[in-house]
Amino acid sequence: MSDILFHLFAIFTVACALGVVFNKNAVASALCLLLSLVGVAGLFVLLDAFLLAVLLVLVYAGAVVALFLFIIMLLDMQGGDRKRFTKATLVSSTVAGGLLLTGLISFATRGLKGTTILADVPVVGNSLRAYAEQLFTVYLLPVQIVGFLLLIAMLGVIVLSKKFEGLEDVK
Amino acid sequence: MSLLTTPFTAMSAISLATLTAGFTVSLHSYLYLSAVLFVVGFLGVVLRKNTLVIYMCLELMLVASTVALVAFSRFNGVLDGNVFVFFILTVAAAEVAVGLAIIVALFRRRQTVQVEELNALKN
Repeated sequence: MSDILFHLFAIFTVACALGVVFNKNAVASALCLLLSLVGVAGLFVLLDAFLLAVLLVLVYAGAVVALFLFIIMLLDMQGGDRKRFTKATLVSSTVAGGLLLTGLISFATRGLKGTTILADVPVVGNSLRAYAEQLFTVYLLPVQIVGFLLLIAMLGVIVLSKKFEGLEDVK
Repeated sequence: MSLLTTPFTAMSAISLATLTAGFTVSLHSYLYLSAVLFVVGFLGVVLRKNTLVIYMCLELMLVASTVALVAFSRFNGVLDGNVFVFFILTVAAAEVAVGLAIIVALFRRRQTVQVEELNALKN
């Protein structure tokens, strides 16, 4: 059952990811990204990471994609005349993508010895208590640093999007 | 057309690998899926000319890496990968906010977000 679900979610995710890349409309790309993230959240559920699935949908689908859609509509870009790709671009990007794919797949294939059966491994990621214990004991310093990072990002966004009047050099 | 075929051959490689493994989803399957997603995002970054879509494809690459991390974590019975994904999500949210603010500031100055018109540093 979970194997069939894996294949379904995998195909769904990759198809929606292709939709992000090959859609001409930016809004359609953003919505494809949303669907792709939902597929990834389903994969997280299959991997017993329920908290991460919920967080992915909340943070990415709720906040990030909404922000993307907001900016796309705010900027109101005209698609207009999209230049065709030159042949060199197509060939080099295909070669680069193929090489990257080959490298990653051969790394994944040869780097792992044997196969682990999923049922043999104890599930550890399905309780909130386990996350809390990890985050507030082992990873306490990174939590603090990420908090500061969020604060600094917020300040940076405010500074970037504010219009300074009377300061010619900043404008 | 050749662009479209690369991920599809990879998809057939996935199903082939799972066929040879006797139809059990293993760590390999998740890693292959993560690799394919990463490459799709990479192709988007290379091929698209709209800065916003390039940004979306960057997000896709980040999410692809999180799939690999969660799979490693699950198949090894440890929680560290999941916690790392937690941090990746946080950093990605901050990154999106800052990046979109930069794109809006860029649009205010240049009235465009197409990368081929943003060549002020050239020459």
